[in-house]
Amino acid sequence: MHSFGYRANALLTFGLSILALMCAMASISDNLNHPSPTAQVQVLNINWFQKQPNGNDEVSMTLNISADLQSLFTWNTKQVFVFLAAEYETPKNSLNQISLWDAIITSKEQAKFWIHTSNKYRFIDQGSNLKGKEFNLTMHWHVMPKTGKMFANKLIMSGHRLPEKFR
Amino acid sequence: MDWQGQKVAEQLMQIMLLAFAVVGFLTGYVLESFQMMILVYAGGVFLTTLVTVPNWPFFNRHPLKWLDPSEAEKHPKPQRQQAVNSKKKSSKK
Repeated sequence: MHSFGYRANALLTFGLSILALMCAMASISDNLNHPSPTAQVQVLNINWFQKQPNGNDEVSMTLNISADLQSLFTWNTKQVFVFLAAEYETPKNSLNQISLWDAIITSKEQAKFWIHTSNKYRFIDQGSNLKGKEFNLTMHWHVMPKTGKMFANKLIMSGHRLPEKFR
Repeated sequence: MDWQGQKVAEQLMQIMLLAFAVVGFLTGYVLESFQMMILVYAGGVFLTTLVTVPNWPFFNRHPLKWLDPSEAEKHPKPQRQQAVNSKKKSSKK
């Protein structure tokens, strides 16, 4: 500690070490939060349901999505990425996931919302398996913190069924 | 900066940074504002820099008292020859 430069260096390294420690503690403090998010999705209408020329089934639907994700937000949350996926089983694959809608929520105020929309991304099966298919609509979310560990979870809403006929 | 001053500066730096880190973390957690934590800590680092980095007169209150040159001449350094002899003796033992 005999010179200006030596003292400045010691302060900088010690200060940055403590800053890293504070960030780690902020990340650990996220574990104290036990979120209880809720979500409901209604399929209001099947707009159309048809076979593409290449043989894949495609469906367009109108959805009413409402969710309350406010409890996911803590002081260390930067944003929450949320997406709604259709999940179903086919003889070839035990799990098919198709993202229908997504959003990035940047504040707690925006985390309680409802939206009336048709599917943002196309619902196309790789094959012809969608007629009369029972599927789950699953709300996935990824919590992106300012520092530290990311959290991800999902809410499964089962019991949706596609029509037996193309329209 | 004298020896005592260096010791004080180092301890002061560590204590102040830790104290501001604790205060900043608690403030941020209570107010649920990450930005507040960073601001409090940044202010603390700035203040600590001002206090401990420059060579303030505060750190120079215990100057070393060197012997007067005339006093040093009265007690001459041991001769080199003597030093060699003592080494030989010790090696024989």
